[in-house]
Amino acid sequence: MKVKELKTDVALVKDLELSVGRIFEETWTEPVGPTPFPSITDLREWDFKLLQRYKPFYLPFCDVCCLCTFGKCDLSGDKRGACGLNMAAQQSRIVLLACCIGAATHTAHARHLVEHLIEKYGRNCHIDVGGVSVEVEAPVTRLVCGIKPKTLKDLEDALDYCEEQVTHLLSATHTGQEGSNLDFESKVLHAGMVDQVGMEIADMAQISAYGLPKGDPEAALTEIGWGVADVSKPVILVIGHNVPSAVGIIDYLTEKGMYNAVEVVGICCTAIDMTRYSPSMAKIVGPISWQLRYIRSGLPDLIVVDEQCIRADALVEAQKIKAPVIASSPKNCLGLKNRTESPAEEIISDMVEGKVPGVLILDPEKVGEVAVETVMAVAPKRKKFTVIPKIEEIIKAAKECTQCNECMRACPNNLPIPEAMKAAAKGDLNPFAEILENCVGCARCDSACPNDFPLHSFAIKAGQKSLIEEKFKIRVGRGAIQDIEIREVGGPIVLGEIPGVVALVGCANYPRGGKEVAEIAEEFAKRRFIVVATGCAAMSIAMVKDEEGKTLYEKYPGSFEAGGILNVGSCVSNPHIAGAAIKIASIFAKRKLRANYEEIADYILNRVGAVGVAWGAMSQKAASIASGFWRLGVPVIVGPHGSKYRRMLLGRKDKEEDWQVYDARTGDKIYAGPAPEHLFTTAETKEEAMVMIAKLCMRPNDTTRGRAIKLTHYIDLHKRLYGIMPDDIHLFVRNKADVPITMKDEILKILKEKGWKERRIPDPTLLPRLIRKRKGE
Amino acid sequence: MGVKAEPWQTAEIAGPKKALLILKPEVVVAMVKRAKHPILVVGHLAAEDYSDDVKMIDYAIRMSKTAKIPVVATAHMTTEFIKRGFQPTAWMSAMDIGNRLQDSEWKGLDGKGPYDLALFMGLPYYMEFVILSALKHFSINLKTISLDRFYNPHATWSFPNLSVKDWNESFKTILNKLGEK
Repeated sequence: MKVKELKTDVALVKDLELSVGRIFEETWTEPVGPTPFPSITDLREWDFKLLQRYKPFYLPFCDVCCLCTFGKCDLSGDKRGACGLNMAAQQSRIVLLACCIGAATHTAHARHLVEHLIEKYGRNCHIDVGGVSVEVEAPVTRLVCGIKPKTLKDLEDALDYCEEQVTHLLSATHTGQEGSNLDFESKVLHAGMVDQVGMEIADMAQISAYGLPKGDPEAALTEIGWGVADVSKPVILVIGHNVPSAVGIIDYLTEKGMYNAVEVVGICCTAIDMTRYSPSMAKIVGPISWQLRYIRSGLPDLIVVDEQCIRADALVEAQKIKAPVIASSPKNCLGLKNRTESPAEEIISDMVEGKVPGVLILDPEKVGEVAVETVMAVAPKRKKFTVIPKIEEIIKAAKECTQCNECMRACPNNLPIPEAMKAAAKGDLNPFAEILENCVGCARCDSACPNDFPLHSFAIKAGQKSLIEEKFKIRVGRGAIQDIEIREVGGPIVLGEIPGVVALVGCANYPRGGKEVAEIAEEFAKRRFIVVATGCAAMSIAMVKDEEGKTLYEKYPGSFEAGGILNVGSCVSNPHIAGAAIKIASIFAKRKLRANYEEIADYILNRVGAVGVAWGAMSQKAASIASGFWRLGVPVIVGPHGSKYRRMLLGRKDKEEDWQVYDARTGDKIYAGPAPEHLFTTAETKEEAMVMIAKLCMRPNDTTRGRAIKLTHYIDLHKRLYGIMPDDIHLFVRNKADVPITMKDEILKILKEKGWKERRIPDPTLLPRLIRKRKGE
Repeated sequence: MGVKAEPWQTAEIAGPKKALLILKPEVVVAMVKRAKHPILVVGHLAAEDYSDDVKMIDYAIRMSKTAKIPVVATAHMTTEFIKRGFQPTAWMSAMDIGNRLQDSEWKGLDGKGPYDLALFMGLPYYMEFVILSALKHFSINLKTISLDRFYNPHATWSFPNLSVKDWNESFKTILNKLGEK
């Protein structure tokens, strides 16, 4: 609104301009905190506090930059590129690019989902992720944006914000923009925070509109594994992360009363989410790395792909087994013709007759109809056609193998494929079966083989017997952590009596198979930590049985309590984990939540012993998910392949000056010990990860009893797995009451040798504004 | 002995600056003898590769004893050293030792200042690749040697891709020329 001249009793106003941005219906009485909808620099000071302690350790994956036509520029050593950028800034720039990709992917996922759900259920569809059990329905969105979404339309405001931020962040990576590695790092943290909002919106929307489990600790058990489908029926395989197409299939089958006629199985997060929608009809094959082994086996009669983590050659592989493909996301069209507007009968006919290898359909309901009707007609014709070779073919190929080692050199896990070929030449396929156990399913061995032998298929054939027996139980994703659960465990977590929350998340790029994730989960559940899981990690936890044939989800409770193992849901369910930490600050400690990011993150960093573990982290999404946790003060450990993310955020426990905090009671700056020691690090082995998890759960605020409990776990694991006492106990013992009673003599002797001195336990904060009383007041 | 400077993992290409090939084990001997403040970093694969009767860790122990080089065991390798009656000088994660080595102000495990030579063995190839890259780019006055039997191009010096037999022979020569009794 513009007013050229306004005369009033009190003033003459000229050239008045008024503009009104967003208008939010205001029913939330909590005052708005300092950073609603923070810009890319609003939380920079907090980021710099973190980065001052957890300095980036850059691990350049590449010596050059090739992003503009000045390049390639050699950035090795202290050289700078033609644009002036040095290696440290280039590495952080690449990390930012990865996190922008991740954040954009989740935000775009959420946008498509919300648009679809609004179209289907209306803009006023109520947000309900847990009824009265979950009153803080959107802890991340409330914290970051300062809004309390009530309906699907409210989510659009938060999505607008995410999209704007990702655009700004991405623009900072352009040549001639940001020049400081630390400012790139701050933006990385911003991307992670935005990513958490995007994911939270996606999961809130689907829980609310589709009626997925609402924070249910006893969510149903469903089936997972290569062998779970009744392959005498037509099989539809869905792959990806965005569930509407899978829902379309299940709805169509239900509507037509055909739910016993077709098997609907899934890989990756769509599988998790469709079992949340229909645990009785949908089944999970396995994590991302199960794609090729399942497709090549010929079991799927039709494949529906949506978005994210889908092999780019899914269509090529599907064609080999004569299974048609339906692409259903605008982000992953696979070069297929858009048939969204064609009559269903025409599309079905074209696919059944093999006129087209697949189609693009951007309407989930239509996908449901076309998928079901096509698979019914295609399955009898295909007769489970497979490209898995016969044993004789493998032996013949093995005899021709020249042992050039190209397969092994292409394998991310350096698996001994040439040795397996030697054995196969003698008719022994056992080494190939062992290879499948540790295989990430990338099939780079196939591509590398100069003889074009399908080596991955050889391993599948060798492991087929155990694959068929692969049938496990997984608890379907429960969604949010209930407020009442937070009230019950908030105190014990903050005081340290529940030694920690371990979040097992991320992809399946494991160094030695998924069983290590299950081992980590059980180790910490037995120790009465709270174990939460999402995505592929949640699946891997399920894929191990004990001697009684039970999986961890059958053995341990699904509630957010000491000793629980919770499947929270898919990738986009990760904010329920961040949300639990936020809710501890807000519900248990009654810290203001609304747009109060710094204070809540400061609380979590200093008080909430939570650690993320992404043992098979592979993707850019995993990078942005991790960075969302870092900004909140939650450390993350990745498996050895995670070292290729190019940058760690490491503390230096040998530098006492890095571990100073304010005591909020007095304003004194005091040494609080290296807790948590790192914000982002790589563990080389699962043993190292276990010791590191126990250590990273320590926080400056632990009570003496809590610290003693945490030290007991750290020392016990260290002694068992490293065969020796830790060499840094003196850094974590603040006074003698911290010393675990069962190890008192041993530890006191060490403390004496180290010249240890007792120190005060602070009311810790990194934020001067939270000091209640300053010196001299 | 092969002589190509090809990364073992085919696509892990580095450059323009790449490791010099150790064509003769005497190069390692000369580097170690010349070093004023060397350190040996041993990863968990040292107890696994390369066959039942040949373990890198045994060479690491012999090298440490012969040349008086302190050993940093990464991951859970302490157990393997202790099993063999050898106490490593320190144990820490591969990332932690990498991070400290790139810090020119780090006083070292013995408080005597920065190291001038870091020898690596037994880390997963790709982890060693990126850690050596960090040291190549950011450490001042530190030379690195990859003692695994695979060419790791971010080191200052690296063996080419070797057979177990050739690698064994090389190590025996190194130990011999370092004066092992």
